[in-house]
Amino acid sequence: MKIIYSLIGVLALILIVALGVGTADLQYLFGVIIPVLAALVFGVGIIYRVIKWARSPVPFHIPTTCGQQKSLPWIKSATLENPQGRWGVIARMALEIFLFRSLFRNTRVELRDGPRLAYGTTKYLWLGGLLFHWSFLIILLRHFRFFVEPVPFFVLFIQRIDGFFQVGVPILYVTDIFILLALSYLFFRRIVSPKIRYISLIADYFALLLISAIVISGILMRYFWKVDLIAAKELVLSIFSFHPVVPEGIGLLFYIHLFLVSCLLVYFPMSKLMHMGGVFLSPTRNLSNGSRARRHVNPWNPPVKVHTYEEWEDEFHDLIKGAGLPLDKE
Amino acid sequence: MSEKTPGPNELAKIEYNPPKKDWMNPEVSFRKGTFNYSAIPKSVEYLGLPYARKWQPTDKDWNLPANWKEILLNGLKERLDKFRSLRIFMDICVRCGACADKCHFFIGSGDPKNMPILRAELLRSVYRNDFTRAGKILGRLAGARELTVDVVKEWFFYFYQCTECRRCSVFCPYGIDTAEITIIVRELLNLIGCGIDWITTPAANCFRTGNHLGIQPHGFKDSVDFAVDDLEENTGVRVEASINRKGAEILFVVPSADYFGDPHYFGFLGYMALFHEIGLDYTFSAFASEGGNFGLFHSHEMMKRLNAKIYAEAKRLGVKWIIGGECGHMWRVLHQYMDTMNGPADFLEAPVSPITGTKFENASSTKMVHIAEFTADLIKNGKLKLDPKRNDHWKVTFHDSCNPARAMGLIEEPRYILRNVCNHFYEMPENTIKEQTFCCGSGSGLGTDENLEMRLRGGLPRANAVKYVHEKHDVNLLTCICAIDKATLPPLLEYWVPGVAVAGVHELVGNALVMKGENERVVDLRGQSIVKKEAIDHV
Repeated sequence: MKIIYSLIGVLALILIVALGVGTADLQYLFGVIIPVLAALVFGVGIIYRVIKWARSPVPFHIPTTCGQQKSLPWIKSATLENPQGRWGVIARMALEIFLFRSLFRNTRVELRDGPRLAYGTTKYLWLGGLLFHWSFLIILLRHFRFFVEPVPFFVLFIQRIDGFFQVGVPILYVTDIFILLALSYLFFRRIVSPKIRYISLIADYFALLLISAIVISGILMRYFWKVDLIAAKELVLSIFSFHPVVPEGIGLLFYIHLFLVSCLLVYFPMSKLMHMGGVFLSPTRNLSNGSRARRHVNPWNPPVKVHTYEEWEDEFHDLIKGAGLPLDKE
Repeated sequence: MSEKTPGPNELAKIEYNPPKKDWMNPEVSFRKGTFNYSAIPKSVEYLGLPYARKWQPTDKDWNLPANWKEILLNGLKERLDKFRSLRIFMDICVRCGACADKCHFFIGSGDPKNMPILRAELLRSVYRNDFTRAGKILGRLAGARELTVDVVKEWFFYFYQCTECRRCSVFCPYGIDTAEITIIVRELLNLIGCGIDWITTPAANCFRTGNHLGIQPHGFKDSVDFAVDDLEENTGVRVEASINRKGAEILFVVPSADYFGDPHYFGFLGYMALFHEIGLDYTFSAFASEGGNFGLFHSHEMMKRLNAKIYAEAKRLGVKWIIGGECGHMWRVLHQYMDTMNGPADFLEAPVSPITGTKFENASSTKMVHIAEFTADLIKNGKLKLDPKRNDHWKVTFHDSCNPARAMGLIEEPRYILRNVCNHFYEMPENTIKEQTFCCGSGSGLGTDENLEMRLRGGLPRANAVKYVHEKHDVNLLTCICAIDKATLPPLLEYWVPGVAVAGVHELVGNALVMKGENERVVDLRGQSIVKKEAIDHV
């Protein structure tokens, strides 16, 4: 049911733009106004969310440590997984953000007769996640050739690497294949695995389907139903120069792609996709383990009612005396 | 063990596939053996906490305050503004499911709401409903649900079914820490008087007498005197132990179970033998007679209230620095919270071992050193004469306690000690130790008898790993550095893997320690013969 809702949602978006551009000729709305507004919502939304997070302080020093602490000089400490200083934290965060270190650790539990519990390592989620995110990033960077003239060198470089296999015309990008594979894996595991299906919400399917629709529309445009790319780039550049002009005959598929991207931009700041920003701020990962060496300050550290020694001694005075223990007040 | 508890074979029939029904409809049955009783009014009142009343989770009407919902939602709002962790953890979970089978309660029960992701969603769904625009507009379509009495009951059941062990946080790609969420939901529940007795009463005891067990000063003195006598009987050496002595160099703080519980007590003997042998100038305190902190299981505020006495007493006694005994969650508080909450301890000196001259630079601000760090340093510097053969009746494995492992990284120190004090040491499988260690299943104040079935379920992964080394290497002793472990692992192992005893690391230190003027040792600190090996096999 949740899957159907999400599917209907994405199809409805496609229908809207198809009718809007195909029937009602609203090229300017879908080609200029909506993308610009979406980009604004995206930018403002992300800043709003990050500020909201940042305004809540980090009262306590709560890193999750994985590996040996730095204590005695002759015990080798795990500098990457149990960082002591800023550089260690940066390295740990880099491993997490670029290589998904924690997911790499993933295991799968199996209960056998006996009872005997066995823990197998499982890397599929790590691989699927890594493929998806890296492909997404590379594809995004490749798109800079539509945004800037002349095309920046790093874009050309990435394009060259991505098209390394030189298969077909136009040249096949491996990231296009990878992202389709990864998205399929991420989507179908939510359906096939009973546990994951149980925990999945509409939002989980919707995000995957929306991104899939963007990817598929992009791939169709590139390899199958070509659109007028020169005209598309003209449109984009005209927006960036604040004199938007909609060229004739770019092709419907382009508008579908652009509208879905706009939807993603709007959806992003209000959804779980904000994990992109949140991962940087997670206090269990971005703090060092030096809390006994350097004092962490809590900005709202409130006074609390404590039981003082004097109160304690007053209450137990005779017992303390009877036991022959020293007293502050005789 | 009550006769109602099913046998191991029956309990181990676990279905990991979730039911068809949607989890969003709250539904809890408080079945005997799977939950904890409510806090008694007397303890709630003593601590000055709100809404003390007589009620039990099995009651249909929990007699909540009239404005319970307002209290909870305001409490949640306040905490969202105070804890970045909470806000981030509410917002960024992608429900990838990596945490799902990492929780010992899920592995042992198969209950899908024991998957860390769903445990968090129990709160997150309410957060979406009342604090996010999408949830307010789309409601259930956005995964939001209204806070109802049934949701409160569900919170009570499942957030007192999390031991704050942080294993899920190790595997989460964003480090989402269920312990953090559990601490905060328990704070909320306590705002409407829905605490459990095994936490609130020890906290009240601790506030009044200085320790969870409610031992008064003369009782503390008696315990220490007994220990001195027992040690003399077993070793022939009479040690000195002082209490509340001003001017000592070091204050030694232990969890109260160390001087009252079994097998903790044998480790307590080990500490005292060790300190005597090296001539350490230390004192106990009958006021700071608890290092453990059940406040951590109650609220941040209670944690601070109970922890305050340690620095206060160090200051009053005029010591230079502090050593802390073997205890898991105690060390989470000491390592990650104490300095922030009750510091700065600028009246103390940065710890330097008076025996080896080693500066404990990692504790230079908090001024509190873990006994395993202290002892490992002694051994490394050749300050102890050790005869590991005296532990030959034990085949030993080591259980990493959750908090020293995942909130500190105290991993190698106890192992180094063990390798020096015994000859037969075997590790459990890699996925069950170090940062991947499994909780005893009874941590964070859930170690009651009324909760026995849940404890046995939650303890299955740990016990199962012990069983592995028991069968493979004939291991008969599980060592650990946590007071809750020592209290709750013996019945757990008796149930799942009979024939394995539990001991603190410093019990084995005390056994192996060659003391000046000692008798020829014929018994260990338990008073068991170490000569006739066959007699004590499989205690």
